[in-house]
Amino acid sequence: MPDFGAVLLSLQLALVTTLVLLALGIPLAWWLSSTRSKAKPIIEAVTALPLVLPPTVIGFYLLVLFNPEAPIGGLWVSLTGGTLSFSFAGLVIASVVYSLPFMVQPLQTAFESVGRDQREAAAILRASPFDTFRSVVLPQSRRGLLTACILTFAHTIGEFGVVLMVGGNIPERTRVISIAVYEHVENIEYAEAHILSIGLLVFSFVTLLGVYALNGRYRLRVS
Amino acid sequence: MPLRQGPRFAMIALWAAIACISACSRGAEQPVMVATASNFLSVAEALERDFEGQSDVAVNLVSGSTGQLYTQITHGAPYDIFLAADQRRPEMLEEAGYAQEGSRFTYAIGRLALWSRDEVGGPDGVDARLRNGDFRALAIANPDLAPYGAAAIEVLEALGLQEALQGQLVRGQNVGQVYALVATGNAEMGFVALSQMMAQGDDLQGDFWEVPSMLYAPIRQDGVLLTGSADNPAAAAFLAYLGSERARRIIARSGYGVEE
Repeated sequence: MPDFGAVLLSLQLALVTTLVLLALGIPLAWWLSSTRSKAKPIIEAVTALPLVLPPTVIGFYLLVLFNPEAPIGGLWVSLTGGTLSFSFAGLVIASVVYSLPFMVQPLQTAFESVGRDQREAAAILRASPFDTFRSVVLPQSRRGLLTACILTFAHTIGEFGVVLMVGGNIPERTRVISIAVYEHVENIEYAEAHILSIGLLVFSFVTLLGVYALNGRYRLRVS
Repeated sequence: MPLRQGPRFAMIALWAAIACISACSRGAEQPVMVATASNFLSVAEALERDFEGQSDVAVNLVSGSTGQLYTQITHGAPYDIFLAADQRRPEMLEEAGYAQEGSRFTYAIGRLALWSRDEVGGPDGVDARLRNGDFRALAIANPDLAPYGAAAIEVLEALGLQEALQGQLVRGQNVGQVYALVATGNAEMGFVALSQMMAQGDDLQGDFWEVPSMLYAPIRQDGVLLTGSADNPAAAAFLAYLGSERARRIIARSGYGVEE
C-alpha cells in the first residue's frame, strides 16, 4: 500500500503531540482549575484560540516564526542545523499549538469537578499542593485524562491546513494522511483517496463513539 | 407608537433590500464565470479589466488549483470557461463531455524562474548558487500535481543536479506556495513562475534567473469552453478576446509565452 508511510507518520505525529501536550496540559489545566488570578480569562482565551482560528492563520504565523532569520527559527537552526519548517519537529510544534484546547479543556473540566472541599480537606491534613494533586485530584480525573488524550490524538490525526503550509509535503517526513488525500483528489486518483478517507472517517467515528460512551461530560467549550 | 413602528420599518427595509437585490441581478447581462488556475490569476485580472473596458460583459473570476477546479467542474460548478495550468485536465474534460469539443486552445505558455531571496549578483549568480548547492532548502512545486514542479525536476535532471540536491528539495503544492516558502525565508531558493517575478516589479527581493526554455518541455496552459455554456454569447466573446492580439500582448508582458 503506497500510503503506508503517510499513515505511519500521522500516527507518530499524533502520539508525540499527545505526549508533549500531556506534559504541558496537566500543569496548565491544573493552574486554570485552581487559580483566582485575574489573568485566568486571558489564558483561557489564548488556550481556546486554535478552536476559532483557521489553520491557515496558524500555518502562516508558524511560517513567519520558523524563518531561519527570525529569532526562534534561527535558534533552532543553530541548535540542530536544520530548519523547523519541513521537519517532523516543526510539525510537532504546529500540532501542539493546533491541538492545545483539545487537551487542556477536558482536563480543566475534570480537575474542576473534583470538589474544592476535598482539596481543602487534604490541605488541612497537611498535604502539599503537589500531594493533593497527585493523590486526590489525579485519581479522580482518570476519565477526563483519557478523554483529553483521545481527543488530542484524533484531532492531530485530522490536521490539514497547518501541515499543508509548513510541512513541505516530504514523503516519510512531513506527508501526513490529510495531505495524501488532498494530493490524490487533485490528481484524480479517487480510489486511493477513498481508501484513506474511509479509514479516517471510521477512525474518527469510533474515537468519538468511545469518548461519548466513556463520558459525555468533557465537551469543548467554544466549539 | 415609536415602539410599534420599529419592527414594521424593519420589515419594509428588508423587503426593499430583497427587491433591490433581485432587480439588480436580473437587470444586467449574465457575467462570464471564468475559473482560472491560481498561477494565472493576476494576468486574468489584468485581462478582465481590459476586456470589461471594451465590452459590456462582466467577468467573474474564480481561482484555485487546476485539480481542484477540475473536480468542481465534474461536480457541476457553474463555470463558463476553464483556464487550466496544464493540458491534461482540459483534455479529460473534453473527452468526458464536460467541455465543448474543439474549443480547447493554448492560451499561455508558462515560463520557469529560479528565485533566490538573497542577492547573489544577478541571474548568473542564481544559476551558480544552484550548481554549488550552497543553500539549505530549494522549494519546488509538487511535481505530481503542478506542471511547474514537473518542469523544475526536468531542469534539475538536465543540469545533472537531481541526485546531489535530493536532500535539499522541499515541495509546495503549487508555485504560489513555493513563492510563500521563499518569501518567508523558509527556503532560500525556489522554482517559481516567471510571471510571479514580473508581478513584483521593483519590490522584488533578491535575484531571479529565467530558466532557459531548452531545459524543460514547454508548460502549455490550455483553456476550454464548458459544455453548459456552448450557446452563451458572452462566453464566446471572452474566448475570442483571449485569442486577440491585444490579450496576447498583455499575457506576454506578464511573463508568459504565447503561441505563434
